[in-house]
Amino acid sequence: MGIGFLLQQPFAQHALLAAALVAVSCGLISPFVVTRGMAFAVHGTAELAFTGAAAGLLVANNPVVGALIGAVVVAVLISAFGGQQSERDSAIGVILAFGMGIGVLLLSFYQGFATAATNILFGNIFGVSGSQLVILLVICLIVMIVMGVCYRPLLFASVDPDAAEARGVPVGRLGLLFMIVLALSVTGAAQVVGTLLVLSLAITPAAAAQRLSASPLTVAGLSILFAVAAADGGLLASFQSNVKASVFITSISFAIYVAARLAGPLLRDRRRRQQHQSQPAGHGTAQPRPAPEPSGRPATAGEP
Amino acid sequence: MNASGGAAVALRGATLRFGEHVIWENLDLDVAAGECLVILGPNGAGKTTLLKVLLGQLKLSAGTITIDGRPPGRGSAADGYVAQQRIFDPALPIRGRDLVQFGVDGHRPGLPRTRARQVDPAIEAVGAQGYADVPIGLLSGGQQQRLRIAQALAGSPRLLLCDEPLTSLDPSAQAEIVAVIDRHRREHGSTVVYVTHEITPVAGVVDQVLYVAAGRWAAGPADTVLTTRTLSALYGTHIDVIRVHGHIVIVGGDGTGPGSCHPRDDRASRGRHARRAPQGQEH
Repeated sequence: MGIGFLLQQPFAQHALLAAALVAVSCGLISPFVVTRGMAFAVHGTAELAFTGAAAGLLVANNPVVGALIGAVVVAVLISAFGGQQSERDSAIGVILAFGMGIGVLLLSFYQGFATAATNILFGNIFGVSGSQLVILLVICLIVMIVMGVCYRPLLFASVDPDAAEARGVPVGRLGLLFMIVLALSVTGAAQVVGTLLVLSLAITPAAAAQRLSASPLTVAGLSILFAVAAADGGLLASFQSNVKASVFITSISFAIYVAARLAGPLLRDRRRRQQHQSQPAGHGTAQPRPAPEPSGRPATAGEP
Repeated sequence: MNASGGAAVALRGATLRFGEHVIWENLDLDVAAGECLVILGPNGAGKTTLLKVLLGQLKLSAGTITIDGRPPGRGSAADGYVAQQRIFDPALPIRGRDLVQFGVDGHRPGLPRTRARQVDPAIEAVGAQGYADVPIGLLSGGQQQRLRIAQALAGSPRLLLCDEPLTSLDPSAQAEIVAVIDRHRREHGSTVVYVTHEITPVAGVVDQVLYVAAGRWAAGPADTVLTTRTLSALYGTHIDVIRVHGHIVIVGGDGTGPGSCHPRDDRASRGRHARRAPQGQEH
C-alpha cells in the first residue's frame, strides 16, 4: 500500500488529526508538568482513566464520558489530598491504587463486552471515530483557552510560589485548575494513544525543550512542535512499515530528547561566549556559575 | 518606576495565636510613610508571620492592622515582597529577566511577555545586567537574590517587605543590596520592612526596630531597643548588647557560652553567627 493511498483513507486521516490534537494539548501542558514536577500525576491520571471508563460503561454505557468525568474527580481528589507539593506524589499513589481496585470491581459488575474499558488503557489510534475526534477537539480548545488566559500567572506560581502569592496570584486555585486541565488532556490522549504513550507526549517534549532554551515562550513553542513531530511523524512512519505507530512515536520522542540533551550544553556555551563578547566588562561578581552538566558535554565545544 | 510615595502602617493591640500558643500579643506599632522598620528576634518568634499579616495572608486573632488606613488587601499591587530564599532548580526554564518581569505583570492573565520598560532599570539597580539572560537556576545564590529584589522593585512598591533578603550574600554584597533598597526608598518614598537576624548590615538605614521574642516585643529606635536592659526584660534573663566597630552583638548573659542567648534559636543560625562572633550572636 502506498502512502498516498493510505492518506486518502478516513481512518488514516482521523488518526493523523487525533494525534495532532492530542500532541497540541500535551505539548501545551508539558512545560508545566516538568516545572511543577508532575510526571507521576500524568501517569496516575492516565491509568485512572480506566476506572472512569469502567464506571461510565456500567452507569451509562459510555466509557469516554465516564473517563472524562472521572478525570475531573481524580484531579480534585489529588489536589485535595496533596495540597503540599511534597505530599502530592504519595496522594497520587494512594488514589491510583484504590482507583484501579475500584475499576476492576466495577468491571466485574458489567455484563457486556468489556474491551471498551480496557481499550482506554491501551488506546487505538486507528479506530478513532468522528465523535472521539470532536471530544479531542473540544479538549484541545479548552486546554488552549485555559493556558492562553493562565499561562503567565501559572508560570509565576510554578516558579516562585511565595512571591506569586504575595502578589495576589491565586496559587492554590490555579494549581487545581491546571490539575483538571492536565487530567482532561491526559485522559483524552490515553483513549487514543494509550496510557504509556501519553507519558512520551506530556513529559518528554518539554524536558527536551528545556535543554535548548530558557525562554518560557520558546520552551512552550518547542514543546508543542516536538509533540506534534513525534505523534504525526510516528504515524506517518508506521504507514510506511509494518511496525506499530507507538514504537515510532516513543522512539522519535526519545530521539528528540537525547538530541536536545547533547545540543543543550553546546547552545549554552555559544550563547555565553556571545554575551561575554557583547559585554566585556562584566559586573563585579557577575560571572554565572558554570552549568552543573553531569554528562553529555563534549570535550571540545566547537563554534560553527 | 513611578514615584508613588510610601504606605503608613499601624498596628493596635495586634495579637496572633495559633490555638493556645501565643505568637505575640498587644502589639502597638506605627511606621510612617517612607520609614524603614527592621524586625528582629529569634527563629520562631513570629517575624515572618508578621509579614504575612502585613501581606493580608493571615488574619490577626485580636487587634487591628491598617496600611494607609485600610486593612491589608490580599495581593495588593502596592506591595513588594522578597521571600525567604529558596534556591531555584538548575533546569528551570526561566531567565533572570523573566523573574523580574513577574514583578511587573506576573499576577495578570495572559501569555508571558519578554519586555517591560520597568524591567531593565530594576535589573540595573541591583547590578544584574551581566547575567539577566542566563537561566536563573545556574546563577549563584547571591545573584538569584539580587534578581528577586529587582523583581520586587520592578513593581514600584509603596510598601516593600523583605524576609531575610541578605542571606547567602557576602558583607560587601549585603551593603550593596541595602544601598539599592535604601536608594529606592529615598527616591520613591516607599516604606521598607526588613525581617532579619542581623542588624549590622541595615544599622545605617533603620528608623525603627521591632524586637519580638518569647511572645513579648519592644519597638523604637535601634539605640533604645537594642540595649542590655530592654532585651534582658524581653527574654526574662540577662542579655548583653555590645557595640564593637559598628557591629552590634547580642550575647546571652548566663555565661554558658555561644548560642545561649536566644532560647528558641535554631542550630543553623547559631552556627552561622558563631563563625563571625564566637562569643555569641551578632546582630
